[in-house]
Formats: sequence, structure tokens, C-alpha cells
Amino acid sequence: MAELTVAVVSAEKAIWEGPAKSVVAKTPEGEIGILPGHEPVLALLVEAPLKIEAPDGTKTLVAVHGGFFSVDSNRVNVIAEAAEMASDIDVERAKAALERASKTAEGNDAEARAAKRAETRLNVAMGTGR
Amino acid sequence: MGAQLRVYRRRIRSVQATKKITKAMELIASSRIVKAQARLSASLPYLTQLLDAISAAASHASDVSKHPLTSKAQEQVRAAVLVITADRGLAGAYSSNAIKESEALTRTLSEKGLAVVPYVVGRKGVAFFRFRGRAMGGEYIGFTDQPTYDDARRIGADLLERFLQPTDEGGVDEIHVVYTHFLNMAQQEARVRRILPLEVVDEVVDTEAEDSLPFPLYEFEPGPEAVLDALLPRYVDHSVYSALLMSAASEHAARRRAMKSATDNAEELIRTLTRQANQARQAEITQEISEIVGGADALSSA
Repeated sequence: MAELTVAVVSAEKAIWEGPAKSVVAKTPEGEIGILPGHEPVLALLVEAPLKIEAPDGTKTLVAVHGGFFSVDSNRVNVIAEAAEMASDIDVERAKAALERASKTAEGNDAEARAAKRAETRLNVAMGTGR
Repeated sequence: MGAQLRVYRRRIRSVQATKKITKAMELIASSRIVKAQARLSASLPYLTQLLDAISAAASHASDVSKHPLTSKAQEQVRAAVLVITADRGLAGAYSSNAIKESEALTRTLSEKGLAVVPYVVGRKGVAFFRFRGRAMGGEYIGFTDQPTYDDARRIGADLLERFLQPTDEGGVDEIHVVYTHFLNMAQQEARVRRILPLEVVDEVVDTEAEDSLPFPLYEFEPGPEAVLDALLPRYVDHSVYSALLMSAASEHAARRRAMKSATDNAEELIRTLTRQANQARQAEITQEISEIVGGADALSSA
């Protein structure tokens, strides 16, 4: 079966690259799953964990903070403004940030975004992907 | 020990201490040039992907040239100039070259009848404008030797906000960046680049005219216009980011060169001072001998 080739790059550096059998990302319209042979798509990403399933079934989670991704002839390019692998996330710091931000999140756009961001990182670090 | 000799020795010691410092700074700067260049090339994949996506979205969106970020204002009243300087000195003419270039640009723009709003990165530039009592649209300090994408995004957001403001409320009609281009280790050059209104899209329209769509027929989500709306500001952020990185590499190269010549000068100075100290010591010995001989002579003849 055909495989996807996935590359995740952030503005600062390349984060991850490798083969995959499926990728699940979240766009402003909802979640989208990419399997080999998907039609070309160019979609924006919202703050959420990106799920990559490798051919051997292991799952990789990447916290992507905004950006977009493109799919074309089994090649998936995820272009995030910022992205982190689970192993790069400091759980304690993410927790603290979430607590700090969610206290003041009510009616404050920037803080709400920060809270969402911290939550995504935490989910990725915990491996829950939700 | 004679007073003269003591003075020479003290100066030699002080110059030696300075030399150690400049030598250390030279080494640090050389290692950072490489790092800054590596970060610049690490950011390139993002840029190519972003440009491809923008071009693809632009070729599908209804009328790109009407997009607020790409269209020129009817009447141009104000322009912003982002000038990138260093936080620290001891980098030769690095900061002053950038400032000089921005002053030249400011003059050209004023001749065209535009009011110029400076946005300044780096303590040296901020000090320049403060000292002359000139108002700045924004000042950013504390990261010029290792800029992060977050720094760039902050600057990009400020510039975009100002650009999208209506002109009569103080908005600007074009934005230029003055950065220092890294030609090679020995040569850096202050350059000007216009980042807004965007020019990327002009090229796209050309390729489309030739009926050759180099892009796959993407399905856009939520839609080509929305994708374009989200991507164009990212391009501005990235332009700022790469200008910052390029300038950081140039700053380190300029500092390395300045520190290298400072170290060379210190060595030269130490050589001269050692000669003079030797001379002073010799003169002292000669004088002592002639004093002793003179003393013995006086005793024997008495």
C-alpha cells in the first residue's frame, strides 16, 4: 500500500519527517484525516495536536500552534508557525501556563489563546491527543 | 625599580588583559556567526513551503491585487522604516552603517513627500533616535544576537496593525526594512527591502497568464481567500524573521572583525611597550653603573 511522506516544519526549523499511514489534523472547519491517495488539499490549522500514525502503527503527536498543511500526491507538508514534539515539552511549565492563563481567560482573547496553547502542549505531552 | 620602568610594566599588563577580552569576544563571535547562519538555513524550508502555498492560494483567489496587504494606497502619506541595529557595541561600524542606510532611505522617502515612522530594533539604534529626540513607532531591544521567531512575530504584528490602520488615523502606506546583508565572513552590507505592500503575488499573476498552473488543484479549506488571508501575514512575519537572522549573522561577523583588529592592535602595542620597557631598564642599569663608578672614583681620589 502506498504510504504518506510527512514533513513537519516550523518557522525556526524542521521538526519531524518520515513515512506514515495516516495523519489527522484539525482545521477551522473540523478534523480532517489524510490517508494515502487523498486529493490535494491546502488547509489552515487551528491550535490542536497533530496525530501521525507510522506504518508500524506507532503514533506520534505534535503540538502545532497555527499554520497550515498541504497534501499532494501522498506528500503531506505541515507548516506550523511553532510546533513541538512531545519529548520537547516541559509538562510542569505547560501546566503552570495553563493554570495561569485559564484564570484570566474569561473575556481576554490573548489569555484564552495562551490557555488553549498550553492545553494542546499538555495533551501532546501526555499522549492523549485530545 | 625605576619609576619609568614601573609605568611601562603596568601598561603592558593592562593591555594584556584587554587583549584577552577582545580575543575571547572574537572567538565567541566566530562561533555565533555559524550558529546564526545555521538558523537562517533552518528557516528556509518554511519559507519555500509558505511561498508555494501563497502562490497556489493566490492563483485561486478571486482578485489578489485587491487584497489589503498587496494593494498600493491611492495616495501615499506615511511610510514605516524598520531599522535593525545591534544591542551591544564593539561591532565596528555595524550599527552606524544600518542607521546611515536608514537615514538615506528616510531622505529619499521624504523627498517623495512621505512622512517616515521609524521602528527600531537594537539598543544602539534606539539610543540614536532617543538622543536626537525623534519619535519612534516602536522599539525592540534585547534579542539582536539571537532573535527568535516570537520576536519577529511581535514586530510583524505591530507593523501589520499599523499598515492596516486607515491613513487618516496614523496608518502607514508602505513598510521598509533596513537590515545588514551577510555577503561573506568579511563583507556585510546594509540593505533596504520593502515588505509591504507585498510583491510576491505579482509574479504569480504572471505565471498564471502563461496558462501553466505549476500547482496541484488544491482543495482549499476553508477557502482560497481565507487561506490567503491567513498566510500573507505569516509571510510578513517571516520576512522580519529572516531580516533579523541575517542581521544577527552580520552583527557577529562585524564584531569578530572588530575584535580581531583590536587583538592585533593590542599585540602591536605590547611589542612596542616591551621595547620601551627594555630600554628604560637598560638606561637604569647604565645609570647605576656610572653612579657606582663615579662614587668609587671620588673615594679613591679623596
